[in-house]
Formats: sequence, structure tokens, C-alpha cells
Amino acid sequence: MSIDRDTVLKVANLARIRLADDRVEPMTKELSSILDWIEQLQEVEVDGVEAMASTVEVSLPMRDDVLAEDQTGGGRPEEVVANAPKTEDHFFVVPKVVE
Amino acid sequence: MSKLTDLTLAGLRDGLGKKEFSAREVTDAYLERAGQAGPLNAFVRITDDIARKQAEDSDARIARGDARPLEGIPLGIKDLFCTKGVTTQAGSHILDGFTPTYESTVSQNLFDDGAVMLGKLNLDEFAMGSSNETSYFGPVVNPWRREGDEAKLTPGGSSGGSSAAVSAHLCAAATATDTGGSIRQPASVTGTVGIKPTYGRCSRWGIVAFASSLDQAGPITRDVRDAAIMLKSMAGHDAKDSTSIDCPVPDYEAVLDQGVKGLKIGVPKEYRIDGMPVEIEALWQQGIEWLKDAGAEIVDVSLPMTKYALPVYYIVAPAEASSNLARYDGVKYGLRVEDDNIHEMYSKTRAAGFGAEVQRRILIGTYVLSAGYYDAYYIRAQKVRKKIFDELMGVLNGVDLLLTPSTPSAAFGLGEKTADPISMYLNDIFTVTANLAGLPGISVPAGLDAQQLPLGLQLIGRPFDEETVFRGAKALEDAAGFSARPGEWWS
Repeated sequence: MSIDRDTVLKVANLARIRLADDRVEPMTKELSSILDWIEQLQEVEVDGVEAMASTVEVSLPMRDDVLAEDQTGGGRPEEVVANAPKTEDHFFVVPKVVE
Repeated sequence: MSKLTDLTLAGLRDGLGKKEFSAREVTDAYLERAGQAGPLNAFVRITDDIARKQAEDSDARIARGDARPLEGIPLGIKDLFCTKGVTTQAGSHILDGFTPTYESTVSQNLFDDGAVMLGKLNLDEFAMGSSNETSYFGPVVNPWRREGDEAKLTPGGSSGGSSAAVSAHLCAAATATDTGGSIRQPASVTGTVGIKPTYGRCSRWGIVAFASSLDQAGPITRDVRDAAIMLKSMAGHDAKDSTSIDCPVPDYEAVLDQGVKGLKIGVPKEYRIDGMPVEIEALWQQGIEWLKDAGAEIVDVSLPMTKYALPVYYIVAPAEASSNLARYDGVKYGLRVEDDNIHEMYSKTRAAGFGAEVQRRILIGTYVLSAGYYDAYYIRAQKVRKKIFDELMGVLNGVDLLLTPSTPSAAFGLGEKTADPISMYLNDIFTVTANLAGLPGISVPAGLDAQQLPLGLQLIGRPFDEETVFRGAKALEDAAGFSARPGEWWS
């Protein structure tokens, strides 16, 4: 097993996913078998190889510094909160986080 | 009316142009047919009202001689594309009731060209899967069955609703997306054509994100010509996606009949894997002969890094997914499981909202990005990705296309591979390198196996050279003469 129960619980907490008690053991096994399988990458010689994040080589384009008129622009608070489970005046409502 | 649904997209376009039938008639025929295909579970939502309205607009356009390239063509839209005012859930419970206030660029491009939306198509949850069994809305069933056997087979995934709907003629063509093979693998196991264009060819804006450095939209269609027509409309630069490339979109349909004479086509020996059915090996050999007969030069090539592509993918894709899916927190949209404590609210919402496969991938991604493992897993995977990319680009310096099988097997049964994630992941073994390197790849139906199930061949091309990919695909299609159809057991 390349990953143990405690690590799975720690990762699940980092990912904000509450694992049911009866899911911890199977998840540990499943993640272990996946991690064992990808372990074969350790045999590849990668010294001096550049890490590749994207196949698009161009540098990210800069847009003009003006307010966009489309959905990426501002002034659309109703649309932004339209799908939220709980809102009040254009705000997202969450449980109290500051005492 | 059933005859109208037998026409290809190109056939519909020509018939509508000559006013042999109306767009409304075509749309009504498809709506009727899609409505009778419940057992396939290909559609998660049929949008009758929108479709009829769009079809009537198309008829008005045609009447005044103002038809656009896809005027009145009824399409299915994978439910990963945000559609304004139409619920979009990406096959997930966590996007419960999510109704976008905007339209994805690709679907907007299609509507701007006159297309009609019949409805939204089922898919694996967040496009994570190779069998369409991870959808919150239940599995899609492949229209194809083994000869003399009623067992339900998968239509592949993640674009399983798209492949099933096109294969069963429930729509003229469909949109799809491909992160590790999710267009080409489902196309291969349903006897349809699927092309994943070069990364950056289609805008990702408004497509629910899975792994942003790999995700790319493309069509699933009945034949190569239809794929060329669809991609032309879907593609194009979009300032709203910073990875979308600003280069002209060629008229792909215009190059289809240029043939493959003089093209060099590489056959990578590493794609000959243990346990591959002899029929797939034989079909691959047949494909080589077809292209040779059409005038292409066949070249043996070697891609020794191929075996590392899937392990790289299963680090990079979950890492990007764990980051992309962090947005589903029960605050901004979709499902929320209430709790007085905000962290408990997040954790309970994500536990209830994500299915088992999505949870697995988020946890793998979180693990490989976490302190202490980042260099050993994530950075190492990105370096191996670079080696795979360099190796492929090196080989494509010497050949115009690569020819490989599309999938390591024909369609398999529902439930056959769900117990073992890795056996499911291996379905993408031939398709995933094109995603890692951003290259265009197409699957073309090439024959039937002994159980009368379709098998596909894949062509991979150079970046932004979809034209050569289409020429090769058309040559394969012409030689294969694939015309088999599944029996209509579902209606």
C-alpha cells in the first residue's frame, strides 16, 4: 500500500470531501492501486527536462484595459448570483465564519 | 418521416437548400425519434420548444435566401457545454439545477451558423470516465449489441450520450469533448466519426472544465464530411479563452477529396500491445493496406515513451481537476448541504454532490499536488509529458500522419470494468498521447469484429493540420465502406 488510511483522511480533508466511514478503507485501496501503477514514471530519466504545463507556446495575451461589454465584463450582479443556493441583495450567504 | 433522419448532415444541408423539406419537418422528425429512444438514456433533456423555434427561424432564413452553413441542422449538445437558460449539470449532482446565464462559445458558434438544439446529451460525470457509467443520470446504453445477445454495452465515454445519439440517428451530429480520448473512444465503439482538434482550435469558454491543459471540444458525426462541416463551425479564435489560438480556420470540407497520395504515414510499433484482440491487429493492418493502395507511403516509426502516457495523464488530469473542481462548494451554484459550520458545509456538500470516480480523481489530484509529493509526482509527470511531446513532434517531422487503432477493444458490457479503475483507464491507451501533446486525432469506423461490433482506426496529425487528418480519414472511410447500422431494438 503506497498510501495509508491516515493520509487518505488528510487528503480528503484538504479536498473538503467528507468520506463516510465505510468508504475510507475501499478508497485507500483504490488510491493505492492507482498510485502503484503511476509509480512506473520513477524509472524515466528526467534530469534537465523542462516541466511542461501547456502545449500552447505563446505567452498569454494581454487584453485592453477596458470594461468588457460581454459576460466577462462587470455590472451583472443578478447573473452572478442567479444560481446561488442562498443570496441576499447580490451577496452569497454562508454560515457565520467570524465570531 | 423516418427517412429524413437517415440523411447525413451534408444531405440535410443540401435538401434544405433545395427546399425538398423544411427545417421544421426535420426537427420534428428528430424530436419524435429522440423521444422514442428512452432506453438508450442518451439525452438528459430534450429542448422541444427551443428546437422548434430555431427550426422556424431557419425556415424563414431559407425562404429569404439567407441560409447559414448549418441552417436548420438538428444537433445534440453534450451537457458539458453551458447553454443559456437551459440546465447544464455535467452529469453531476453537485450542479443540481444549474442554469447558465451565458452560452458557451462553441455552442454559440453553432447557433450563429444556424444549428438547431434538440437537447442536452448525457456524459460521464465531469467527463471523467470511459463508459458513461459515472453519470448521475445513469449510464447511456450503446445502440449496438453483440450478435444474438441482448446484453447492454457501453457507448464509451465520456461523450457516450453524443456517440449513442449520433449512432442511433437521434440527432444529425453532436458536440463532444476530449480530455484523454472522450471523443475518439466513444466514436470508435459506436461506429461513428469523432475528431479532437488541436488544443487551442476550439474555445473552452463556457465548457465545464475538467483538465484545462488537455480539454478540447470537437464533433461526433456519422461520416468524415459531416465532421469537417461541424468542426469548421465550432472552431475559431475567442478572446475569452486565453489558450485559444488566433489562426484562420480552413474550409475542411474543401480538402476532403485531395487524397493521401504522396503522404507519409507512420505506424508506431509500440501501439501493438499485449492482449489486443487479433481482429484489431488485423484491422490496423488492413488500414495500412488501404492507405498504401491510395498512394500513401507507410513508414515504421517508434514511440518508446508511449507506455508512460497514461500514468502521466493520471497525474496531470486529476491535479488539474482537483483545482478546477474546487469551485463546487455549495456557495455559488448547485447543490448545498446545510451545516452551521462552513467547513462542514463544504465537506458534506462535496461528499453528497460528487460521485465515486470524481471523488477518487479529486483525491489523487490533491495528493499529487500536496506538500512533499508535488515534485515527485506532479513536476515529474510534467517532465515526462515534455519527453512524450518532444518524441511525437520528432516523429511528426518525418511523417504527415500516424495510423493506430482507436481503442484496445470493441464496446464492452455495462458493469464489466467498473470494479477496477485501472482496467477502465486503459481504454484510453491509444488516444491519450494526442491530448498530452495537443495534437489533432480522429477516429473513423473501419470494420466490424466477429460479434458484429464496430471498430475504429485513429489518425493523429501535426498541430493545426486538421486538413491532412481529414484527408487521411476520408481515404480510410472510402476504402472501408463502413455502412453497418445497429438494429433498432430500443424503440
